Amino acid sequence: MKYLALLYANLQRKRLRTTLTVASIVVAFLLFGILEAMRFALSGGAQIQGQDRLITINKISIIQNLPAAYENRIRSVPGVKVTNSQNWFGGVYQEDRNQLGTFAVESETFFEATPDLQLTDAEKKAWLADQTGALVGSDVAARFGWKVGQTIPMRSNIFTRPDGSNIWEMKICGIYTIRNGDNTGVYFHYKYFNEGLNSMFGKDHIGMVVLRVADPARSDEIARNVDALFANSTTETKTTTEQAFIQGFANQMGNIGAIITVVVTAVFFTMLLVTANSMAQSIRERTNEIAVMKTLGFSAPTIVSLILCESLLITVIGGGLGLLLANAAVTGVPAGVKQYFPTLAISPQSYLVAALIIVTLGVISAVLPCYQAGRLKIVDALRKA
Amino acid sequence: MSNWIAQVFAITWMSIRNIPQRLAPSIVAAVGVAGVVLVLVGVLSMREGFRAVLNQSGADDIAIVMRSGSTDEMGSNIDQSQTKIVEDAAGIQRDDKGPVSSPELYVVVDVPMRSVGTSANVPLRGVGPRAAELRQHFRITEGRTFRPGTFEVIVGRGASLQFAGLEVGRQLRWGNTQWQVVGIFDDGGSMAESEIWTDASVLQGAYNRGSSFQSQRVRLSSVDALQSFRDALSKDPRLSMRVLTERRYYEEKSEALVNLVTIAGGSIGVLMGLGAIFGALNTMYSAVSSRTREIATLRALGFGASPVIVSVLAEAMLLAAAGGIVGGVLAYIGFNGIRASTMNGFNQMTFAFAVTPQLLLQGILYALLLGFVGGLLPSLRAARLGITEGLREL
Repeated sequence: MKYLALLYANLQRKRLRTTLTVASIVVAFLLFGILEAMRFALSGGAQIQGQDRLITINKISIIQNLPAAYENRIRSVPGVKVTNSQNWFGGVYQEDRNQLGTFAVESETFFEATPDLQLTDAEKKAWLADQTGALVGSDVAARFGWKVGQTIPMRSNIFTRPDGSNIWEMKICGIYTIRNGDNTGVYFHYKYFNEGLNSMFGKDHIGMVVLRVADPARSDEIARNVDALFANSTTETKTTTEQAFIQGFANQMGNIGAIITVVVTAVFFTMLLVTANSMAQSIRERTNEIAVMKTLGFSAPTIVSLILCESLLITVIGGGLGLLLANAAVTGVPAGVKQYFPTLAISPQSYLVAALIIVTLGVISAVLPCYQAGRLKIVDALRKA
Repeated sequence: MSNWIAQVFAITWMSIRNIPQRLAPSIVAAVGVAGVVLVLVGVLSMREGFRAVLNQSGADDIAIVMRSGSTDEMGSNIDQSQTKIVEDAAGIQRDDKGPVSSPELYVVVDVPMRSVGTSANVPLRGVGPRAAELRQHFRITEGRTFRPGTFEVIVGRGASLQFAGLEVGRQLRWGNTQWQVVGIFDDGGSMAESEIWTDASVLQGAYNRGSSFQSQRVRLSSVDALQSFRDALSKDPRLSMRVLTERRYYEEKSEALVNLVTIAGGSIGVLMGLGAIFGALNTMYSAVSSRTREIATLRALGFGASPVIVSVLAEAMLLAAAGGIVGGVLAYIGFNGIRASTMNGFNQMTFAFAVTPQLLLQGILYALLLGFVGGLLPSLRAARLGITEGLREL
């Protein structure tokens, strides 16, 4: 404690240099935070998704559908608690580029299958009662200024109605949020979809089945049993955990994760050099002061720990500020960016990694100056002046 | 004036010769800039890679016909009778084999990625007999083309490199059908190279699509024929179609991806640049302060303030340029030509990172800018140093 004043004085010695060093660390951690959030978003927030959910799709590919009757057969598999069918609708709002994640879902089981969706009971009730009702995510509602009770002309870039029109009116019955999740979806009634469909599209087909299992430990076994039901039929299925499904989807983004890693590494290597260099510089300038301190009876370990503290102080301040800024940047992104990264957030793991880097950076930067200071011979140092 | 130039040269040359004495901080500044240029050029080379694919894919004299309201081929639907009506429309080029047109079916199949082993949405396109004529650089590079009416496929070069099991002679199983890869094709790096092709009528059967297609490509009689072709289709009550040139189609389809990479690359570049400027400022301030006595001596000898400013700036920009060149070279070695694939819309698109000369030039110019900004304030401080105090400094 008694050395605090000394630490403070040392940092004040060349205020400009301290500021610049801290500033470059701030930038490094700001970037780190943003990139980590991006990586997290690109992996679909896979880590936080429910462990007890499986997804069954057509084995050939996700764009091929399944007969609607499959849902009941899947529900009969022992260990399956609830099933819910979901259909990709190809929703477009106003302009072609506003493509929304719109799904026609089986309404009775929808809430049971997606317990992480936060809605009031009144909203749930209103949606169940209205066949043209839709539940929309808070982010997409904010993006287009949608209000509960409003009817929106949702367009499908795939499905038409019997009259050939591709506009499907939907009444917004509720605005949902998923904590740290994707709040850009639109969910409406499968019944409305199936009954209103132009006959050129096959009726009674579903895109995928979401199932929840009682015991997540048995997920793999249940997935195999589901697929075995349809093996060698004309439409075979592929069942995976939701986590694996999202991860597989994220993998399709390709090498972007690897690119982010390269960037982060390059940033930190650079920052390490900058801080290490400025620490080394500030110690070099103080050679004869350190000699005086040694003469006065400061032990080598005390001096070394002072240098270490000074270095850590710089990295902790810089890193902390950088992460704060990153968090502000990530939470404050405009809706336009949010559509690319629905689940933008810095995960606890990323904070942990950042903390480790802060400490490592501080320690490594202090190593060389500490080594020099520890070895310093008083007479030599005093003579240098 | 010539005296001024001589002074600038003398001081700059002196400070450059002195760099070895301040080697560590100088290297730090240069490495900082190198890191920025490496990352900026690296990320933007991905965008250049997309652009190259788009440029190869998008012809102005080829039109794509889809059902109106569709944003891409996958969501579109055209039945066979409609494709015939389209073929009779004005504006289509005709030769002795009839209109140059190819009705196509576009689905997606799961194929494992070589890199991670999980499956990816690879486009499987059923094409008409004239499809190859509607691609600018189409040629078979290995094996042969598929025989119509059989479960044979040919695979684009990009897809063959990125996804597992797409080599000539391999068997593939999608659903209940067994397919045989009989050839690899090249199309000058276009979007088609990310696809697998087969006979449209075979694909219709395998996917229960009856006689329906999803899109129709036609060659226009000239680039200007688009409007008359579009008008001809819109006048026909049996049709409700959306017509756009292939170039426009692919631009629209890839807009989001290109924007994303540009925004991401640009903001990372700006932020890292800021960090590098702080590093360069630090280096140059300490360079100036370590040379206080030297600068004061020069001033006492009659050297002006502006040559001192220029020399500090020159040193900073030289370091930055060195860093920029190193970063650019590293980016070229590390990224250029690397093949990758990513999700574009709903399906995979393969591309090669392209570190173009323009991109390298931009990187080096950016480095010089960083050096200039990083050197400016320290150079002004150097010029303002008091001569007497400076001479007294240690």
